[in-house]
Amino acid sequence: MSILLSVQGVTKRFGGLQALTRVTFDLPEGQILGLIGPNGAGKTTLFNVINGVYTPEEGRIIFRGEDITGRKPYEVAHRGLARTHQIVRPLNQLTVRENVMVGACFGRENHLLHRAAEIADEILELVGLKERAEQLAGSLNVAQKKRLEMARALAAHPYLLLLDEVLAGLNPSEVEGMLNTIRAIRDRGITIIMIEHLMHAIMNVSERIIVLDYGEQIAEGTPQEISNNPRVIEAYLGDPNLAKRLLEEVS
Amino acid sequence: MKKWLHPGLWLTLAILLVISIWPILTRDAALRERTFTILLAIVMASSLNIILGYTGYVSFGHVVFYGLGGYMGVYAIDKWGWPLPAGVLLGGLTAGLLAFLLGRAILRLRGAYFALVTIGINEAMRTFVSNFQPFGASTGIELHFSVYKPYGGAAEALWLTYYLVVALSLINILLSYWVRQSKLGLGLMAIREDEDAAEVMGVVAPQYKTLAYVLSAILPGMLGVLFFFKNGTVEPKDAFRLHFSIEAIVMVMLGGQGTVLGPLVGAWGYQRLRGLLLTTNWKIAGLAIKDFQLVIAGILLLLIVLFVPAGLVGWLQQKFSKLRRVLI
Ligand SMILES: Nc1ncnc2c1ncn2[C@@H]1O[C@H](COP(=O)(O)OP(=O)(O)O)[C@@H](O)[C@H]1O
Ligand SMILES: [Mg+2]
Repeated sequence: MSILLSVQGVTKRFGGLQALTRVTFDLPEGQILGLIGPNGAGKTTLFNVINGVYTPEEGRIIFRGEDITGRKPYEVAHRGLARTHQIVRPLNQLTVRENVMVGACFGRENHLLHRAAEIADEILELVGLKERAEQLAGSLNVAQKKRLEMARALAAHPYLLLLDEVLAGLNPSEVEGMLNTIRAIRDRGITIIMIEHLMHAIMNVSERIIVLDYGEQIAEGTPQEISNNPRVIEAYLGDPNLAKRLLEEVS
Repeated sequence: MKKWLHPGLWLTLAILLVISIWPILTRDAALRERTFTILLAIVMASSLNIILGYTGYVSFGHVVFYGLGGYMGVYAIDKWGWPLPAGVLLGGLTAGLLAFLLGRAILRLRGAYFALVTIGINEAMRTFVSNFQPFGASTGIELHFSVYKPYGGAAEALWLTYYLVVALSLINILLSYWVRQSKLGLGLMAIREDEDAAEVMGVVAPQYKTLAYVLSAILPGMLGVLFFFKNGTVEPKDAFRLHFSIEAIVMVMLGGQGTVLGPLVGAWGYQRLRGLLLTTNWKIAGLAIKDFQLVIAGILLLLIVLFVPAGLVGWLQQKFSKLRRVLI
């Protein structure tokens, strides 16, 4: 398995605030990597650094063998990296289909409108928004907007997909549906990093998990290793009983 | 699926045809002059719509392209003896080049900052031209009567400029439609809705915005040449009238920003209203008010922004979704 993404010693500061401290990991192709940590741990910031919204003060990001540190978000997108936003950003006055077409037209594959529309319809079917294609994106509810975020990212046919809390605010049956969609995406050969607060969900779908706390990478390993890790239990899970329960859910 | 030729295009072209054909059929010179000002407004509004309506960047300096283009063309006609069509092309080219150079620098600014800078640029250009000797400084350029000779005299030249302004309006509507239906348009509208999200999806926003700015600048540049050729003189205070820019914004907002038909309807409606207001003498407390239409424009803009931000066409599209099939 080859390394798709390599994050090497990435540090990001906001004024005096150390949002990320020398974060380092390699992501092999085809995996789902879970990224967890308390609120404000720097998870979203890590995504922003990886996809070029912010330039890190130190360290480098290597994507498919190329150093993409400091590249603009659109340059990163063209290289096959797509993401969703924790706080959804629909293009309100465009239809759902047009939103997804933007991903297909301007992402990695750079399609013409006609082909982009076909791809959009295909992806909307996959994420279950097919009936809403003609609606304005602004008229969707939050769960649908989360699916739209995902559809737009997928329409680019990326190599790597960054999912930022796509399960937050969904009810249990919606979570189940979304997890199935995520697995279906992985089965298409797309590598995924997902940020999630729902422990049982992330423990279930991830091959590997990284834990951030105050911008520090405090643990890395399989779901089992993570839920047994004393530092994680102390810093993040807090409650040893919760950790035990998680472990039971996983096995 | 989107059809390549939307029925809304035919409707828009039909309205344009109805507006512009009467003077030709009746050979009525007064009607031709009135229609000329409507078509002038249509080109200003419809071209502004590309940057304002599709891309979401509010420019108060649209008239700078009209003014500078006009100056360049008139200069070439006067000093170098260029024929009118060549002068018109030069005007468009100059305006497009100015937009390209400006775009790289100022389209990085967003919202109010961009809007403010566009005002500054227009004022700076006016000051520069007012002091620029080759353009006649503050007195401007006056065309010699003989320039109309090749076109069969002044009267015929007026008809020629009319035909050309009709052609320009037509080109403008087609351009606007093409942008609206193209991949470029999709990218621009994505920028309008959320520029950061658009960049994350791969839209090269700096390039796209500059292209939109250049496309929106070329036609007013050509238009300026036609107007000042017809006018016979060009002066800084006429060429760079800030309130012409503001009126163009009102027209776009009135008819519906981001639509093909909207700016046309808005320009027509606004010019009719302006015509009515100008023929009446307005007095408040016994004092005559100059440029009363600007008072109305201000109030109108306020009302639109507050109550119908989508403008007439946008409002109709929202209210009656079936109309989306015939309105674009
Ligand atoms: N643009 C920014 N400017 C200043 N501080 C920021 C910015 N973005 C994030 N932060 C801060 O960085 C820290 C990490 O935030 P974030 O990455 O959003 O956390 P998480 O996604 O793990 O909840 C927080 O303290 C947050 O307030
Ligand atoms: Mg976050």
